[in-house]
Amino acid sequence: MLIKRSSDIRASEITDKSHYLNRRQFLNAVAMATAATAAGPLSSETLAASNGAAHGKKLANVAKGAFSGSGDKVNSWNDITSYNNFYEFGPYKEDPKAEAWRLKPRPWTITVEGYAEKKGTFGFDEFIQPYALEERVYRMRCVEAWSMVIPWVGIPLKDIIATYKPTSQAKYVEFVTAFNPAQMPGQTTRMLPWPYVEGLRMDEANNPLAILAVGLYEESLPNQDGAPIRLVVPWKYGFKGVKSIAKIRFVDYQPKNTWQVMTPNEYGFYANVNPNVDHPRWSQASERRIGEFFRRKTLPFNGYADQVASLYAGMDPKKLY
Amino acid sequence: MKPIVLAKRIIFAAALIPAAVLAYNAYQGDLTANPIEYITHFTGDWAIRFLVITLAITPIRRITRWNPIIQLRRMLGLFAFFYATLHFLTWFVLDWFFDFKQMAEDIAMRPFITLGMATFVMLLALALTSTQRSIRRLGRKWTQLHRLIYVATATGLFHFWLARKTVVPQFQVVLVAAILLLGFRAWWTLRTRTHPRPSTAH
Repeated sequence: MLIKRSSDIRASEITDKSHYLNRRQFLNAVAMATAATAAGPLSSETLAASNGAAHGKKLANVAKGAFSGSGDKVNSWNDITSYNNFYEFGPYKEDPKAEAWRLKPRPWTITVEGYAEKKGTFGFDEFIQPYALEERVYRMRCVEAWSMVIPWVGIPLKDIIATYKPTSQAKYVEFVTAFNPAQMPGQTTRMLPWPYVEGLRMDEANNPLAILAVGLYEESLPNQDGAPIRLVVPWKYGFKGVKSIAKIRFVDYQPKNTWQVMTPNEYGFYANVNPNVDHPRWSQASERRIGEFFRRKTLPFNGYADQVASLYAGMDPKKLY
Repeated sequence: MKPIVLAKRIIFAAALIPAAVLAYNAYQGDLTANPIEYITHFTGDWAIRFLVITLAITPIRRITRWNPIIQLRRMLGLFAFFYATLHFLTWFVLDWFFDFKQMAEDIAMRPFITLGMATFVMLLALALTSTQRSIRRLGRKWTQLHRLIYVATATGLFHFWLARKTVVPQFQVVLVAAILLLGFRAWWTLRTRTHPRPSTAH
C-alpha cells in the first residue's frame, strides 16, 4: 500500500510569535547543551532533569521513512516531555514530569492474549527485537484543543499484529496500561477507572499510520510519554494513545475505552479528529499548536484523511467521535 | 496603628503575590509549554479562591465577634474581581484575540463559557456598586444586590467544574470550602430566627 504524505502545513506558515515563545526554551537548550559538553554526561542528566525529561538511551538504526522530516515544525524535547496528560501520575499537565520517575520501565513484560495463534508474555526487548525502528513525525491533536508535532520512533502496529497471527474471530485489538499503584500514584485515586484501556478496530490497527512508539527524538521513550511502549494513532484524539502498555488482547467485542466509560456522552470509541463534531463542552473547530500564539483550524482526521478516511466509508461521521 | 488597618495592609500586599508570581514567571519564560492555558487556569483558580475567601469574612466575624474584620470584605471581593478580570482578558485577548464571532458563539452555545461570562458580569456589577456612594444611594437594595455573591460563587464553581475533564483536587478544595461557608450562613440564619438575640446585638 502506498503511503501518501500530506504536506498541508508548511514551515513558512509558522508565525514569528512562535519563535518569540520558543526563544527562551531555545536559549535554555543551548545553555544546557553547552554546560553538558563542558561538564560531562553526569551533569548533563542533572541539568536535563530540571528542564523536561532526562535524556534516555540513544536508539540506533532508526530508519527514516515516508513520515519522517515532515513539513511541520517539530515541538521541542522540553515541550513534549514537560506538558503531558498521563493521569496515572496526576491530573495536571506538569504532574507526569514531576512524578514519572517512579515508573520502572525495565524489566517490562507485555502479555498478548485472545484470538491469536501466538500468545504469551514477552520481555520488552524480546517483544520489539524482530522489528526495525522507524521515525514518524506526527501531529498529535489533544481532545482539549491543543496540538504538538512529535518525532516518534516506533514500529508499525500491523507488523506486530502479523507476528501474533490473530484469528478470524479477532475483530478489535484492546490495549491495557500497566496497573502498578506503587509506581503510578494516580492509580491510588478514583479519578479514572484503572487500568487505562483503549482499543482499535482490526482494520484501524492494521493501517500503516498506526505505530507502537518506543522512543522520540531517536531516544528511548521518557517515562512521562508512556515508557517503554505506547500506541500512536495520529488521526485520532490523543487520549487514544494508550501509554505504558502491559497487555494486548485480540477480542471479538468493541473494547470499552476508559474515557468512554468515564463520560459516555462526551467520549466515544472512535475519537477521530473532526472539526465539525464539537466536544459537548467546547469547539473542536480550531486548536492551539504548542509554541504558536494564534489558533489554527483543525483538519478532518488531523490532516491524515488521505490515509485513513476510507476506513470509515459509509459510516456516519457524527458517530466517529 | 489599629490592628485592622495593619491587617488590611498586610492582606492587600499578600493578595498581590499571585499576580506578582505570574508576572515573574512570565518574565522568566516559565509558563509551561502552553502559556495561554497556564495563565487561564492560574487567574481562574485565584478568582474563585478570592471569592471563597471573601465569603469567609462574615463567618469569621460571627465566630470571633471581631467586628472590624468586616472592613476586609470589600477589598477581598475586589481582589476576586481583579483576578476574574485577568481571567476574562486572558480569554478575550490571548485565547481568542478579539475574534468576536467565535466568542459570541461560545457564550451562546457552550454552557461552561456562558456560566463563566455570567459570573464575570455579576462580579462586575458588584465591583461597580462597591463604593460608599453606592451603598448610601442604594440602601436596602444594596444588601439585596450584593447577595449576588452567592450566585456568582455557585456559577463560578459550576464553570470551573465544566472546564476540566475530571474532578481535580483544586476544585474539591474550593467546593468544600464554599459549601462549609454557605452552610454556616444557613445555620446562622436558622439559629438567629429560632433564638432571637437581644436587640443590642444589632
